[in-house]
Amino acid sequence: MAGKAKDEILYDHNHDGIDRRGFLKCMAWAGTGALCVMSGGVLKSYSLSRLPELSAKEALGELSFVQISDSHMGFNKPANPDVAGTLKAAVDKINALSPAPEFMLHTGDISHLSKPEEFDTVDQILKGAKPKDVFYVPGEHDVLNDDGKQFLERYGKGSKGRGWYSFEKKGAHFIGLVNVMNLKAGGLGTLGHEQLEWLEDDVKHLKHSTPIVVFAHIPLWSVYPEWGWGTEDSAQALAYLKKFGSVTVLNGHIHQVMQKVEGNVTFHTACSTAFPQPQPGKADSPGPMKVPAEQLKSVLGITDVNYVQGQQALAVVDSTLA
Amino acid sequence: MRRSVSIAVLAVALVFGMGTIAVNQKNFLANAQEKPATTEVKIDNFSFGPATLTVPVGTSVTWTNRDDIPHTVVSTEGVFKSKVLDTDEKFTFTFSKAGTYPYFCSIHPKMTGKVIVQ
Repeated sequence: MAGKAKDEILYDHNHDGIDRRGFLKCMAWAGTGALCVMSGGVLKSYSLSRLPELSAKEALGELSFVQISDSHMGFNKPANPDVAGTLKAAVDKINALSPAPEFMLHTGDISHLSKPEEFDTVDQILKGAKPKDVFYVPGEHDVLNDDGKQFLERYGKGSKGRGWYSFEKKGAHFIGLVNVMNLKAGGLGTLGHEQLEWLEDDVKHLKHSTPIVVFAHIPLWSVYPEWGWGTEDSAQALAYLKKFGSVTVLNGHIHQVMQKVEGNVTFHTACSTAFPQPQPGKADSPGPMKVPAEQLKSVLGITDVNYVQGQQALAVVDSTLA
Repeated sequence: MRRSVSIAVLAVALVFGMGTIAVNQKNFLANAQEKPATTEVKIDNFSFGPATLTVPVGTSVTWTNRDDIPHTVVSTEGVFKSKVLDTDEKFTFTFSKAGTYPYFCSIHPKMTGKVIVQ
């Protein structure tokens, strides 16, 4: 394992890759997002709420960027009546980073109901972030009623098909995938034949040593199919990426941190900036998890939670054996 | 004092009595005109309840989203399709032909249900 795993899973009763401590930590990150540092083709992620503890040396990777997810602008239910406020808090955290990350990834569910004013509000808040470039992929909440037309007009310029694309940053190859369109009854997230063909072609010319970062809204691994937390045809996409020494897959959708390492592929889901969702199967449904109002601040990282006592955990650390 | 209490009790009794009559009249009118029955499907905890609903031809079925998260009601075979339903929003469709109508939530496709029209 490259890098010291400071946030091991202590008790994995359910074999789902998370323990209670990790879960509380995740809740504490809602509204914060994660900083990703790529160093030597290995991607690590750090909770933004603990970043002041991250030394400048550690933060000085070859490439650093931030992933935020699931801002759900427009959501106003008890789980978080002020999602704009928590997104602003996330931006404040990002702006406190030194050195500043070069860009941001937003892994979808920007809006709650695909309303223009919801997208406008997010755009306005993210303008306050130091990194000026934001790369988006849609969540299912961003493509309601219009089959993703508005999303493509706003965020999909230069993208292919229904909004997928790739770009290079300092030798790393980033791939934004769309798995929230044309969902079939009873099924999971879907990439579709056209996108898979494009992906195969997109990576064909790349050297095997090229670090790959894939980002998409719904997890590209089977987190909990009973709640739709997976993608039908992700195995085919991953097959095209098998030849690469380092593949990092960043997703959102499930509003909690989970990670899994499979061969050269590290899967990571980010927290929401809006509200937490329950652990797989630990509630009647994956709906927003309400915490008492006085706890909301603590789960949004405004005050410290004791979960780090006895540990010097900065965050979940994703390290591949690439 | 005692008299005013009695009057109040009488007034309450009258209101209840009139209410019962009104309800009876409504039922009578509905039966007389053979209005199509209206049936409810509730969306709770990311599921349709009841998941399978059997109704006579001509029935209007109304779905109500009671979750904190938006859902849709979309016929698998393209027969009907709701707009996105936010919390407490409703969608109604009238089934004029017999048959089995499977449907799902296009946002959360694990949510499925069907209406059997006889």
